Amino acid sequence: MILSAIAFYAFAAVLIACAALVISLRNPVHSVLFLILGFFSAAGLFVLVGAEFLAMILVIVYVGAVAVLFLFVVMMMDINFVQMRQGFTDYLPVGALVGIVLLAELLLVVGVLVSAPDGALAAGPAVPTLGTENNTQAIGEVLYTRYLYLFQAAGMVLLVAMIGAIVLTHRARPGVRRQRIADQVGRTRASGVELKKVTPGGGIS
Amino acid sequence: MPSLLAEYLPIVIFMAIAAGLAVAFIGGSWLAGRQRPDPEKLSPYECGFDTFSDARREFDVRFYLVALLFIIFDLEVAFLFPWAISLKEVGAFGFWSMIVFLGVLTVGFAYEWGKGALEWE
Repeated sequence: MILSAIAFYAFAAVLIACAALVISLRNPVHSVLFLILGFFSAAGLFVLVGAEFLAMILVIVYVGAVAVLFLFVVMMMDINFVQMRQGFTDYLPVGALVGIVLLAELLLVVGVLVSAPDGALAAGPAVPTLGTENNTQAIGEVLYTRYLYLFQAAGMVLLVAMIGAIVLTHRARPGVRRQRIADQVGRTRASGVELKKVTPGGGIS
Repeated sequence: MPSLLAEYLPIVIFMAIAAGLAVAFIGGSWLAGRQRPDPEKLSPYECGFDTFSDARREFDVRFYLVALLFIIFDLEVAFLFPWAISLKEVGAFGFWSMIVFLGVLTVGFAYEWGKGALEWE
């Protein structure tokens, strides 16, 4: 038990330190690297509470894809980061408002759990009892049947994200010669070869 | 859950060895090598020229499109894992619920294929 407590405090301390460094470092590439370390620490916390599937998904999706995309954006886009930081005080009210709303929500959740622990869990536990079966199976048993609407909504969100990404970034480029294998193979002698009678001394026009 | 943590002990040992090796390589070369930097050694090497511009160049947005589409299908596959494990328990209802989910994403796949977003010009 003492071991898991040590592990929890180590992961939590690293996570909080990473979160602080992400928003305070000057170099955005370093920020993203600390964000990745923060994701790993959060995955460690998930493992400690027994949510192994979520931990692995966090590593695969967030570290493997999302953070790499962030790194892509930070390293490749033509953004003057010194200029971007100059508007700090302009955005401070909006940022503070969002922070206060988030803090209020968190306090509300914790307050309900502390003041009425029975009432908060009256709707029943969100997951089946973790006992003999493993975590991934426990998720699978409720996600596709009991939480069907949320699951289908997740599919819709992914569809909207897919279409939105295409609509926003994809545009057909005119004048690009691309490889159309069917057209290339389907060429006939008539369309590919032109025979010309060359008169002596006349040349080809 | 001590048994759960014990299962992760090999990973912890593995990461400790990896971190130790990384520190040993960098620290060893730092300690054993001669460190005599001068401005010429530290300047960026570009075939005798001064560097022309910042290394951060504007990048084609198509790379992000490919990465975004990858993330979406990555998430789709992530939903398949618990389904595959618990298919026996969730039965036909769970099976068809996943088929509908895949169908919705197949609509998006058909859309992006039709739009030519998967083609590299």
